[in-house]
Amino acid sequence: MSLRENAMDWAVRRTGRTPRATRSLVFALGCLAVLALGVVLTRMVDNPYVFFAGYVVIQYVALATGWNVLGGYAGYINFGPTAFYGVGVYMAAFLVKAMGAPLPVAIAAAGVAGALLGLAMGWMTLRVQGVYFAIATIALVVMAETVIHNIDYLGGASGLALMPPQAPAWAGGQPQFMLMVMLAIAVAFVALARWIEISAMGRGLRALKASEIAAECAGVPTFRLKLIACAVSGAMLAIAGAPYVYYASFIEPGTAFSLALSLNAIAMPLIGGKRSWVGPVIGALLLATVQQAASVTISSELNILVVGVVLILFVAVAPDGIVGIVEKLTRRRGA
Amino acid sequence: MSGPILEVRGVEQRFGPFRALGPVDLVLHRGERLGIIGPNGSGKTTLINCISGTLRPQEGRVLFDGVDVTDVPPHRRARMGLSRSFQIPKPFTGMTVLENLLVPIDQISPSADAEDRAIAVLESVGLQRRAAHEAGDLSQLELRKLELARALVVEPKVLVADEAMAGLSEGEIDDVLAILTRLSGTGIAVIMIEHIMHAVMRFSTRIVCFETGRTIADAAPDVIAADPLVQKVYFGEQTRH
Repeated sequence: MSLRENAMDWAVRRTGRTPRATRSLVFALGCLAVLALGVVLTRMVDNPYVFFAGYVVIQYVALATGWNVLGGYAGYINFGPTAFYGVGVYMAAFLVKAMGAPLPVAIAAAGVAGALLGLAMGWMTLRVQGVYFAIATIALVVMAETVIHNIDYLGGASGLALMPPQAPAWAGGQPQFMLMVMLAIAVAFVALARWIEISAMGRGLRALKASEIAAECAGVPTFRLKLIACAVSGAMLAIAGAPYVYYASFIEPGTAFSLALSLNAIAMPLIGGKRSWVGPVIGALLLATVQQAASVTISSELNILVVGVVLILFVAVAPDGIVGIVEKLTRRRGA
Repeated sequence: MSGPILEVRGVEQRFGPFRALGPVDLVLHRGERLGIIGPNGSGKTTLINCISGTLRPQEGRVLFDGVDVTDVPPHRRARMGLSRSFQIPKPFTGMTVLENLLVPIDQISPSADAEDRAIAVLESVGLQRRAAHEAGDLSQLELRKLELARALVVEPKVLVADEAMAGLSEGEIDDVLAILTRLSGTGIAVIMIEHIMHAVMRFSTRIVCFETGRTIADAAPDVIAADPLVQKVYFGEQTRH
């Protein structure tokens, strides 16, 4: 065996990795299985609360995954995910009120609006880094919410009741349909995040996260990559907001721009692990489920406390999240 | 083309009222091994930053392969064939050693056999057994080798090695020198900035000495070593008995 084959073989054994094509196939099958499971669930469960809770949990998977494209891969902490989510919600609300727009149109429009806002965030703030970037993104939420407060057509501060189009008959009802929609969005997001992660773009983002100067000198167009990541992440966060209008039929700025939603979307990748697409998924499923359970069994106020405590624990004890812990354990066993 | 691969014309860099560099003129020929020496704070790294594009000089021009690149961002200079390593290693932490090398390959010369190319370069610097390890886990010597490997993997026309041997043992210095000499044999021009005199003397075909932002000597190594001005600023005042 040549030295090179030896090194490759050794590298493969070391990480226990199967070839990329195989892994991608397994991933694709997994996505299909999750979607199929969602459809089956909507046929078997009757309790509408299950669909509502499921919708919230899956929406968090989508939000956490969208946030992680910029926050996890590029290392730019966006403290204002609800600015984008809220813009998505209100873009959909506007389209429903103005023309009774069907859901796909609202989703597409929310994506465009989120991407544009993301580009603006990129232009404004990518020249500031670290804490200053984070502060600027908080300002984004305040700005977006203030704008909505002052648009009477969208109900201003008091909110807006809407008559969104009904779910198609095959779906078996609005809650069932919305769950399937959100599941499809979340699965698509996770697939997109995974693609970014393993592509040249993902490597470029991780490189600039480690050192922007070194990345730039290695040929990485850092500014362009950051802009793209901002736009993609912004579009994803906004898209996650659009279906809410079709579910809730009443929206108000307090929910669309809620601080708790922002905190959750940031905490979930941190708890699950920011480095790979698995982290936000695990973090969101875990945290959102606990929150839903806590708000039913204990108190609806308690759930945000749960997030706080868990987040502090993880930041202090396991900064690489659950995925990081698992990696450390398997590495120790392998060594 | 036969003109110089790199040319610095009247480059000047000020930080507030302090002139860190210049005006400086420098020519690097194809395949040349140029050593740059000078005391700390004499402007060596500032010059490198102006060459690689992380600093834009207030005055003067930088020409790479006959093209004026003064206003070209670093990543485009890298794509044109200008590579550098950093004085303080800047590994892409959170990625494996192999992935560290894939980053410049992705951007500059993507190919289907990217991983094989990266492994081959890792072999040439003796890091192949570390391919799957996290870059942050490497030792100081390994980090310096990774720094070089990452700069080399895209087969640049010019490599700027900024104190690639600082803090290494004699044996390790020999390792790195061997890598750089082998590289220079393939036609790559190398600029070596170094404090370790015997290494620069051995490696370079020409040496430029800096002092307070200006070049005070530009000659062959043996001439430089005998230059009284260089001796004065660099080796300190010699007293004869």
